This record gives sequence, structure tokens and C-alpha cells, in this order.
Amino acid sequence: MQTIDMASTALREVNSTLQAQKADTNQKAWEIINPKGSHAVAVGLDGPIEVTVRGSTGYYCAGMNKQAHIHIVGSAGPGVAENMMSGTVIIDGDASQYAGATGHGGLLVIKGNASSRCGISMKGIDIVVHGNIGHMSAFMAQSGNLVVLGDAGDALGDSLYEARLFVRGTVKSLGADCIEKDMRPEHLDILKDLLERAGADAKPEEFKRYGSARKLYNFDVDNASAY
Amino acid sequence: MTKDVSGVPRTVPQKPATFTDPVNAEIRRAAATGIYDIRGGGAKRKVPHFDDLLFLGASISRYPLEGYREKCETKVVLGTRFAKKPIELDIPITIAGMSFGSLSGPAKEALGRGASAAGTSTTTGDGGMTEEERGHSDKLVYQYLPSRYGMNPDDLRRCDAIEVVVGQGAKPGGGGMLLGQKISDRVAEMRNLPKGIDQRSACRHPDWTGPDDLEIKILELREITGWEKPIYIKVGGARPYFDTTLAVKAGADVVVLDGMQGGTAATQDVFIEHVGQPTLACIRPAVQALQDLGMHREVQLVVSGGIRSGADVAKVLALGADAVSIGTAAMVALGDNDPRWEAEYNELGTTAGAYDDWHEGQDPAGITTQDPNLMSRLDPIAGGRRLSNYLKVMTLEAQTIARACGKNHVHNLEPEDLCALTVEASAMSGVPLAGTSWVPGREGNY
Repeated sequence: MQTIDMASTALREVNSTLQAQKADTNQKAWEIINPKGSHAVAVGLDGPIEVTVRGSTGYYCAGMNKQAHIHIVGSAGPGVAENMMSGTVIIDGDASQYAGATGHGGLLVIKGNASSRCGISMKGIDIVVHGNIGHMSAFMAQSGNLVVLGDAGDALGDSLYEARLFVRGTVKSLGADCIEKDMRPEHLDILKDLLERAGADAKPEEFKRYGSARKLYNFDVDNASAY
Repeated sequence: MTKDVSGVPRTVPQKPATFTDPVNAEIRRAAATGIYDIRGGGAKRKVPHFDDLLFLGASISRYPLEGYREKCETKVVLGTRFAKKPIELDIPITIAGMSFGSLSGPAKEALGRGASAAGTSTTTGDGGMTEEERGHSDKLVYQYLPSRYGMNPDDLRRCDAIEVVVGQGAKPGGGGMLLGQKISDRVAEMRNLPKGIDQRSACRHPDWTGPDDLEIKILELREITGWEKPIYIKVGGARPYFDTTLAVKAGADVVVLDGMQGGTAATQDVFIEHVGQPTLACIRPAVQALQDLGMHREVQLVVSGGIRSGADVAKVLALGADAVSIGTAAMVALGDNDPRWEAEYNELGTTAGAYDDWHEGQDPAGITTQDPNLMSRLDPIAGGRRLSNYLKVMTLEAQTIARACGKNHVHNLEPEDLCALTVEASAMSGVPLAGTSWVPGREGNY
């Protein structure tokens, strides 16, 4: 285990050190201490390494992650794992706005709650939130899966494309063109896999599935009131 | 006044200045379809522009340089504030961002070829980076847009600069829409969306709001790319003084300022014509902001929106910018709206020079399309050559003017080299009305 103390190490050095770890590195395990809410911690990683961040982080922790397994032992500020490509990001605490925004791949697990716009414009990422999510989550979400064990706030899945949304609790309201859909066997399989990988104690059958009605996919003036 | 057959004078029929034929036609079209007009291009209305400025040239108090003999430099370096690897360009004219999806692959390749041959950069657009343009662009600026279509860290690292797009001149405050008919398999795959559906490009970034957030976003981009790449911030011509100030505060290396004549692939006509300021009106406030911050020339200013000639380039630089960017003009150089396709423009209900339905994918010139048959009309090698020729002509023209003003670098052009032809242009540009020392709005003037 390599330890980097952010109390005495500049952000640039932290990230350049982690970014330098590629597929053949022997130094697989890293620990970052004293992040103290720093922004852009462990961003742009591109190697199969495990990074444990002990403490809470500011904006964009694990941004654009590829391959790395990043575990935040604390809470995360806005935009955690934004535009993630692959790998895993686990947050023991809560996540602020835009968690997993525009993510293309990988798995984001939030063991606490996530604030508004969780999974906004997601493009293939899988997100599992053990707690609740805020309003406008999965806005314009394109693909991937958002799983919520708790409740969802207003306007879930507004202007949704092809992302799948699974919510176990209540949904305060659905956004434009987002509807409840049948839970088919393949969806239960997807959920089962995601719940297992996210360490979530829940049964797939307890969830409802939401997705796009696909009525706004091509502009029609008769739908103008929906915009 | 005419007379009827009985010899009684009659009132001549007169069409109103307010309800013109085009206005009435648009009312009828809206009534018939129930939808606003969407088109490409920039503002078509006449606004004060660079034609309303003139250079004074040399005189007893200014020595000219000898044309073709004495050197007039055109090199420009962008990104000197923070970037480890600033972009060095041979000419102060860059190619503006235009998306793959909106433009064909061969068109993007032609832009890359032409820009590289002329020693300048080209820019991606909404939709990600294509191999055609990366492969053929010596210097490529990668746009970071609200939609984040195709955004990935590998492309971020293989670009030469990153342009965070906050707005564009044709539609400050607006997003975009790529209609389903242009969503080919390849475009759909790059954007991770189903084929054939309308693809909305958001107007706001999904993970930051305001200049404080933007500063952190830029920090993240720099950390991902090792602080190597210049970070541009592109804004539409809305509030140029404050937007420039906030862009600098957020950490921009370069501010790209796009006036209302700047083109777009597609948006509402009402947006294009009624939102934003003319390019001419945006430059001096932006320069003033940089000067007030002590950042003029340290943060470079790139201006776009209606740049057509070396004279326009010289005027923009004289007003204090470091470079210009062209989009519509580059497309025209490739062959857009060429009269050779007049018969086909007629079939589409338009005429060469007026064709602006770039979003419909039926471009006879084969530029704004994903139709393989139409695309094949543009030879990227020949198109690149035309663009390169055009860029070189613009540069020669700017040099000609600079020499006539006694400048050995186009950046040495200054507002004192200019006069304005109209009161409006004088007020907007801050240079005196021709034949006077009067600048409307300036302290001490009336």
C-alpha cells in the first residue's frame, strides 16, 4: 500500500503519480489521506489500481476514471465520477449534485444519498444509490442503469433517452416523457447483478422500472406543452 | 401616382415597411405548420459590421512598410498564461468549431487539411473527435460542450487545446438540435443515442453552474491533461465585458468571443436574429475587460462571427484581439452555397447563397450532410486546398493593410489606425467617426 498525504503533497503530484500507474504497474494499492475536501482528486486515472481516499472530497473526484477502483471513505462533492469510462467508484457517504454525470461506463456506488441531477446525461454508466436521490436525476440520460434503493425526487428521468431507471421507494414525480414500464425477466437479471456488485441488500422484485415513453424523440408541435 | 382609364389619379399600391413580403410569408408558414423556423447560419439582418470601419493608412506621421519586401509577421501564440504547451500558429486565423454530424466526415477532413496547410488550427464540435480531423489537423482544438457527446479522456489528451463552450454567437443561451435525418449509424454510435431520433444538445453544462464552478471544472481538465493544454472559454456575444472578466477569473488561457453573425448548424430563426450582439459591438468591451484586469495579451482573445476577408481580420486585430476564427466563410471556401448547384438548390426551394437548411442533411454541396451520395461530392483534398488558398489570401490581405499602416506585425495594428463610417459603428468600436475626433458615448464627447 502506497500512501499519499495531501496535507503535504500538492494535488498535481497526487494526480500525476496515480495517472502514471498503467496496466503493468506493481503498485496496485494506493491510499490518499487528508483530502480535506480537495477538488479533482484522483482524476483521469487509467490503470487497474485500487485507490482508497480516506476523507471527504470536493468537486469531480474520480472524474473521467478508466479502469481504476476508487473507494471514498467519506462523502463526495459535486460531479463525482463525472464522465467515467470504466472501473468502479464507491462512496461510503453521500454524494452531492451531478454524481456520475455523462458517465460512459463503469460502476458508481453511493452508499448514502445522492443530491440532485444524479446520473444527468449518463451515457452507459451504471449507478447504484443505497439511499435517496434528488430532483432532476437522470435528466436526458442516454443509456446505462440507475438503481435507487430509497426514494427519488421530482422530475425523475426528464427527457430520458434509453437509460433504465430502477427505484425501490417512492418517486415524487416523473419528468417529461418518463413512464413506469414493465419489469421483464431481463431487467430482473440486470438488477440482480448490479445489486450484488454494489453490495446492496435488496431484492430485484422490490423495484419498479422507469424508462422513456419515446414520444419526444422526434419533435412534434402537438407535444409542445411537454417541453 | 398613376391614373385609371378615366384619367382619375389613383394611389399607388404600397407595401408596408413593417409587414414586408418575407414577414407575411413567415406568418403564413407558421400558421400552416404550427412550428417556428429552424435554420443554420448566422444573423441575416444587416447590423453594424466591419464594413463600417476603414483604415487610415500611413501619412506624414506614420511610415508604411514596403509591400512584399519588408517583413510583416503574422504568427500568434495562444495559451501562454498557464499551459505548458501553448499553440503556435503561423496565421491569426483559426477554424471554428463545427460538429461531425452536422458536417460530413470528408468536410471535417477538408477543414483539417486546409488549416494545416495554412499553419493554423481547426476545432471539433458537438459530437466528438473524428479520426478524419485528428489525422489531418496538425493542431486540433477539442470542444468541451454541455452535451459531452463522445467526450473521453483519451481524446482530451490527444488534442492540442481544450475549448470549454459556454455559448455561441448565433444563440447565446441556447442549445442545439441535430435532427433525426442526419443521425447515421456512425453519428448515433459516437453520440451513444438511437439512430434516427432528434438529438438535443443541452444549453447548460451538466456538472457546473457559474464562474466559481467553472474554475474548478478547468482545474479538473488541467489535472487530467497534465496542465499541458491551453484552455479556451468560448462565449456568445451577450455581455462581453463581464463574460470576459469571468472567463479570466475562472482561469481561461484564451477567450473566444463569438458575435451574432456567427453561424450555427441549426437553431430557431427567432433566436439567431433576435438574441446577442453584433460582433463589432463585442470586441472593445472584451478588450477593455482584459486591459482592466492587466491581462491583455496574456490571456488571448479570439473573435469570430462574420469574418470574411483579410480586411475583417485586420480590423479585429486592430481593435485589440489576438486572432479570429472563421466558420461560415470556411464552409463557403469548401463549396457551400456554390452556384454550380443552383438547379438543386432550386429543387429545395431556395437559391445559391441563401441555402441555410443545413440541419436537413440534403446539402447539394455535400458538406452539411451524412448522405453518402451527397458527401462524395466534396473531395477533401481539393476542398482542403481551397480552404488553404483562402486562408493565405486573407493573411496576405491583412499583411497588406498592416504594412500600409506601418506595422511589422499584424498585432501592432491599433484602434488609432481606424475610423468609423457611421455613428453606430463609432460608438460600438470606440474609434472616431471619420473626419472627426468624436466617439459617441466616450467621456467628454456629446
